Amino acid sequence: MNSFLLIFSLAWRNLWRNKRRTLVILLAIVLGVWAMIVTAAFMRGMIFQMLEDTVDNLAGHVQIHHSQYLDDPVINNSFDPDSHTISRITHDPRVLMWSDRIRLPAVVLSERETTGITMLGVNPARESKISFIGKSVVEGRFLNSSSDTGIVIGQALADKLETRLGKRIVLMSQDINNEIADRGFRIVGIYDAPLDPTEKAFVFVGKETAAKMVGLKGAISEIVLRLHDTDMVTPLVTEMDQLDHTIDVMSWLEVEPYLELMIQMMDTSMFIWYLIVFLAMAFGIINTLLMAVFERTREFGLFQALGQKPRFILFQVWLEAILMIIVGLLAGNFLSWISVMATGDGIDVSVFARGMEMINMSNIIPFVITFNDLMIANITVAVLGMLTGLYPAWRASRLVPADAITRI
Amino acid sequence: MTTNWQFAWRNIWRNKRRTILTMCAIGFGASLIVFSVGLQLGQYDLMISGSTRIYQGLVQVQKKGYLDEARMRNSIADAQTLANNIRKTTAINDVAVRANGFALVSSRERTYGVAVIGVETRHEGNVSIIPGLVKEGRYLANDNASEVVIGRSLAKNLKITLGDELTILGSGRDGSIAATIFPVVGIFDSGSRELDRGLVQIPLNSFQQVFSMGNHAHAVVIYHQNAELVDTLKTQLQPLLKAADPDLLALGWDQIQPGIKESIELDYSSGWFMYIVLVAIITFSIMNTFLMSVLERTREFGIMLALGFKPINIGKLVMMEALILTLFALIAGTLIGLAVNYYFLINGLTFEGMEEIAAQYNMPATITPQISIESTLLGPAVILIFTLLAALYPAMKIRKLEPVEAMRHI
Repeated sequence: MNSFLLIFSLAWRNLWRNKRRTLVILLAIVLGVWAMIVTAAFMRGMIFQMLEDTVDNLAGHVQIHHSQYLDDPVINNSFDPDSHTISRITHDPRVLMWSDRIRLPAVVLSERETTGITMLGVNPARESKISFIGKSVVEGRFLNSSSDTGIVIGQALADKLETRLGKRIVLMSQDINNEIADRGFRIVGIYDAPLDPTEKAFVFVGKETAAKMVGLKGAISEIVLRLHDTDMVTPLVTEMDQLDHTIDVMSWLEVEPYLELMIQMMDTSMFIWYLIVFLAMAFGIINTLLMAVFERTREFGLFQALGQKPRFILFQVWLEAILMIIVGLLAGNFLSWISVMATGDGIDVSVFARGMEMINMSNIIPFVITFNDLMIANITVAVLGMLTGLYPAWRASRLVPADAITRI
Repeated sequence: MTTNWQFAWRNIWRNKRRTILTMCAIGFGASLIVFSVGLQLGQYDLMISGSTRIYQGLVQVQKKGYLDEARMRNSIADAQTLANNIRKTTAINDVAVRANGFALVSSRERTYGVAVIGVETRHEGNVSIIPGLVKEGRYLANDNASEVVIGRSLAKNLKITLGDELTILGSGRDGSIAATIFPVVGIFDSGSRELDRGLVQIPLNSFQQVFSMGNHAHAVVIYHQNAELVDTLKTQLQPLLKAADPDLLALGWDQIQPGIKESIELDYSSGWFMYIVLVAIITFSIMNTFLMSVLERTREFGIMLALGFKPINIGKLVMMEALILTLFALIAGTLIGLAVNYYFLINGLTFEGMEEIAAQYNMPATITPQISIESTLLGPAVILIFTLLAALYPAMKIRKLEPVEAMRHI
């Protein structure tokens, strides 16, 4: 134990013998660690935001459809919400809330323009809790009840249709007998969603009103669930999907397979980025330590001549490397923490608003530091750094005492 | 002068291991950046050509305001004459007129709302690959034919096949009802979900009749494979447009699809954040080497000063050493990066999961890096600047050396 303390204090003091040199290489390490953690936090934040937007954006955590609905989203592919299976799912203790919808492609006609949209027939009380719509109506009001005869449309759609609050618009869709059904609605509310495409794509009407329009009797197109905890999603979906094969239960990730892929790709590319950053630092670490070793050649020779074992020298130089990396890691983590704190809610990328819209994202990206990312970054640097430090340490221990002493 | 270079060259190799390690750091950075910038730019080229070649064209002539609000009334009068003028008087040949509408299309069983496009059947193939992607049946025969081609997903959704009749129901330019029944003569498969699900094409004259358009249309689409020519094309069009109608605008792909341009910019700037961080780390890594090589020669510099060398000359010498070392490393690194780029240019680069993501942007699943002056020299130039800055600090230190004191230094 004593000898360890000795080595430790020797290593620590040696590290600071040339302050400037140590500080320069520390700067490289700190910058590297900072870059690793901050880029990971940014990427993670981007994905986090995407998932949040997706869930908020009508998808929920879990969706239930008729098994044919996703391939062919028409009225015939609807299901009975009162069946045993469905009530078992909606009454599961893991489910926080749910909303049932009639969801059909439709065409909307104003006095001036015509365009295609998706009509959502909802139960306003349930829907406003589960999706963005509850806090997004900026003009007028949201629907009062399932049999409300009004319609709530997005700001961007209102502009496109050249219509406004209080005006009437007509919805056309296919009814249960494959005939075209239409119905006029008065615009009672206008909502403002984070993304323009959402505003242009979805209109909200009362569920009963929609059912009457297309002739559905009690059946619905989809149920979305929000759970208490995202970790429960996969087990719940696996379990419930077995119950009834006419019903398709799927998680948010299956709805957006693109998202899951992005998460996977991000993990790999982050790790490659860590390795690249580390390699860039490694050259500096080796060079600096080698220099520190060679300028002390005489000293190491003397140590050995005095009876110090090569192992001792190896360990001492190695400990210098390790201490340097630990200090660098601590400072790097601290700096990352400060810069993440300093950005608060996240960074504003609205300069690229339309680019972000293309990948379905809003304009503020929060930094999200996860324990996992932190561990991977720190462990990569620590493990590889220790390996890197071995080389100069080994060189130091291989010096021949007699030669070393006589060398200037 | 030559002596100085020789001097610098020899000084570099006084400590071989250190020099080689430093060169490795610089060369590694250079090759990495050359490779990834090439890859990035290659990917952007793909995104741009994908988005322009499939359907949108490189430049579109539209009436002012049509881009923001695609209203049927906001149309170009006598668009075909304008297109013919463009073909005749300029070197631009890939020109086609389109009229855009929205309508409900119904088969016997199903109804969907889609974009209905009236096209010049003879010219559409020059500006879009859709006519070439008709996988079943054939493309539209002539501008007066009463027929329709639709996307594969739409055909599936509507449950119709070749020869079946499609009812088109929308509103015309004057607000009247536009309705007709055309047989499906072709089914295309473009690979773009949006187009395959939501687009039908009919001949231009038939469109103008059904939608009461007269001789009006909504866009003159112009294609050129070199996306950098956007501005040149726009300038060439200007006099013709002015003569036809002062309210006509020539819009580049970046205005028609600003999302693509901005996502490229977003990606490019986050890419540069990473490169700059990487270069900074490398700079700190090698700064120590430069610093050491000066500090360990304090005695030597002292003697040189005593012999009458001016500090500025010694400073120059140190900078020359840094320059030689960096240049050699950069050349080696750049060559390696180029070689890797070249390999992937020949063989194409693809990785797992790319296909799905690529489909989102209408891109093929293999990327080929771009090899250009920009992709090759930009990264190394940044590294050169940073490393020379790193060398400047030790070089400046020499000015503070006192000959006598320096000579006593061990």
